[in-house]
Amino acid sequence: MPDFILKPITALGHDAPEVDTVGPWTITERADIALASLALRRGRLGDVQTSAAAAGVPLPPAGASASGAIYSAFWMTPEMWMVEAPYASHEDIRAHLLPAFGDAASITEQTDAWVRFDLAGTGLERLFERLSNFDLAKAPAGAATRTVMEHLGCYLIKRSDTLVTIYGPRSSAQSLHHALIVAAQSVL
Amino acid sequence: MIIHHPILGPRDAQEFVYLGDASLIGRPDGMTASIEEFHNYTYLRDNPAGAHRELWYHEQGDRSWLVVTRNTVTHEILQVELARDVARAEGRSK
Repeated sequence: MPDFILKPITALGHDAPEVDTVGPWTITERADIALASLALRRGRLGDVQTSAAAAGVPLPPAGASASGAIYSAFWMTPEMWMVEAPYASHEDIRAHLLPAFGDAASITEQTDAWVRFDLAGTGLERLFERLSNFDLAKAPAGAATRTVMEHLGCYLIKRSDTLVTIYGPRSSAQSLHHALIVAAQSVL
Repeated sequence: MIIHHPILGPRDAQEFVYLGDASLIGRPDGMTASIEEFHNYTYLRDNPAGAHRELWYHEQGDRSWLVVTRNTVTHEILQVELARDVARAEGRSK
């Protein structure tokens, strides 16, 4: 077997994550987060809650996100969460989570399915008025929802008034990135 | 039109996809039901001018199935339930 050495690229296709500044806003591509979805198996809520508490995986309520020391998570749908962890230490995130949850939950690695953009700056709600029907201004810090931007199903997490995370489909990373840049430029 | 999602609160109806009559939940047992029962299940629908129970899918949200009771005359939404809860209450789900 020849020894192939594959060069990793980011979702936008570069060596390093892209950072764009438009007016007061910074749009940062994040390639340093590992993702796994965690879905409860029928009737195992108690087991999953115990395991999650022991492993330090937060299980936020509907429409919310929460962060822990290593793991953070956001709610996706009833009895299902997306777990985030640092890519450097948790590249194989499923192998990290599986011993903690055993057969009480179904854990699926999702890292390479998504592109993540962090948007920082004041007045982000003006930008998202153009992008999505989610009312960012009214949402409390920590809110997490699925919404549609640029015809793409995305997860939106309001970390604080000045920081929003978006997860969109990685195969449409450039379309989503383009939409963010255009929206930011148009409301400058 | 706003649909009051039982978990997520008020959401724009544009986020949802309409499937049809909520009686679709009550599929006859394939091992015991007669051909007439399946014919009725597949083809026959009530078309009331008034309260109608419908299946809606939150396609642009959390992707849950809902049973929405809607007045077909006024479009007023009278009740919204998770289809999962309805199905389990009817003994459809294990």
